[in-house]
Amino acid sequence: MRRSILAAIPVLGLAIMLQTSIVERINLLNGAADLVLLITAAWCLQERARGAWFWGALAGVLVWFVSGTPLYVPLAGYLVVVVLARILAHRVWQAPLLAMFTVTLIGTMVLLMFTFMERTLLEVNLPINLSFVQIILPSILLNLLLAIPVHSMIRDLVNRLYPQEMAS
Amino acid sequence: MIILLVVVGLVAIALGGYFNPVSSWFTRLMVDAQTWISTRVLAVEDFLTVPRDVASLRQRNAELEAEVAQLQTQVIDLQQQVTETNILSALVDFARANPNYSYKAAAVIGRDPSPFLRYVIINIGSNQGVLPGMPVVTDKGLVGRVDAVIAEGSRVQLITDAASAVNVRLQSSTTEAMLIGSVTGDVSLDMISQDATVNVGDVVLTSGLGGSYPPNLLVGQVVSVRKLATELFQQAAIQPNVDFSQLGFLLVITNFAPVNITPLIATPGP
Repeated sequence: MRRSILAAIPVLGLAIMLQTSIVERINLLNGAADLVLLITAAWCLQERARGAWFWGALAGVLVWFVSGTPLYVPLAGYLVVVVLARILAHRVWQAPLLAMFTVTLIGTMVLLMFTFMERTLLEVNLPINLSFVQIILPSILLNLLLAIPVHSMIRDLVNRLYPQEMAS
Repeated sequence: MIILLVVVGLVAIALGGYFNPVSSWFTRLMVDAQTWISTRVLAVEDFLTVPRDVASLRQRNAELEAEVAQLQTQVIDLQQQVTETNILSALVDFARANPNYSYKAAAVIGRDPSPFLRYVIINIGSNQGVLPGMPVVTDKGLVGRVDAVIAEGSRVQLITDAASAVNVRLQSSTTEAMLIGSVTGDVSLDMISQDATVNVGDVVLTSGLGGSYPPNLLVGQVVSVRKLATELFQQAAIQPNVDFSQLGFLLVITNFAPVNITPLIATPGP
């Protein structure tokens, strides 16, 4: 657990810096990839990884810290990603990439819908069809494109942090 | 005596130009022979010294390549500095042209991670005197206003954000309107009276109404007008003067205190 916490702080810290400085500039229409979501999902999908809830909560707090959204939006969004990933990690563990794609697809949709609902409750004019076409669908596509490399990197990190025990 | 006579005779023949063909033939022969010998000597010398020279040339080549790489890095650094200097110079010119306000220059260091929000993060905060609500501009015009502040950083809401609303006026007339952002990052004018005349190319400035922004800051130009008899207000699409995709350096207007008019807004009585 301690290793998980020690890994989460630099990894998610670096991810949020990359997200705000580089990834946000790479747009498809008005959508953008969510590196923090991908890393959190990839970590939580690893069987041997510990501290999934901590990763989800830290991701939510870090995003809230730099974003204009209230805390409950990213926190709830990333915790939903953790729940999804933990469910799928136990059920489709033989197809990790399929699980990664599923978590990415549903997680991105849920997180962006949370943001959309929060903005709508504040009476911000966000036409739902335009939001889907311009933001949600392009963001999902970008996240799916990045899902495999991020999953590979996090799997390598988990393998280094939790080396597989040799059968005696 | 005979020798002297021969010498004098030869000199006389030479002065008379009778030796020229012989002399040139002899000279050509000498030059050809010298060239042949020199070429062979150089070839032999090259053959004997090549191994040593290849090593030294390779070393020299590596040194020069390293020097070129270093100089290229310096060139890139200097080009970046020139670009930054040009931007800062434009900002200084803007500040001189608008001496009513005091400014703090800031660099954009990040953008909001949510694609629904159009905010940027800048590298100055409360330690530099930045407060929430302060307007943010570039030399091209209005950018937005400070939304949240920490000690060494601030978050700026851009006028392209869907939740942003700025009271503006058209420079060519007394027409007032509201500038609103959108989910796509486009900005438009709303709440324009049906009686008002709005033309393509009209310049849009802040009006100062509401006390959120100082008056007369440049915003952009009208690019199209939508007027329907069935609607209460006209609408107009605006081309902002600022390129929001290329924001690098900004100026925060630090001596403008936004007015909080919330207590003046009527609430339904009991």
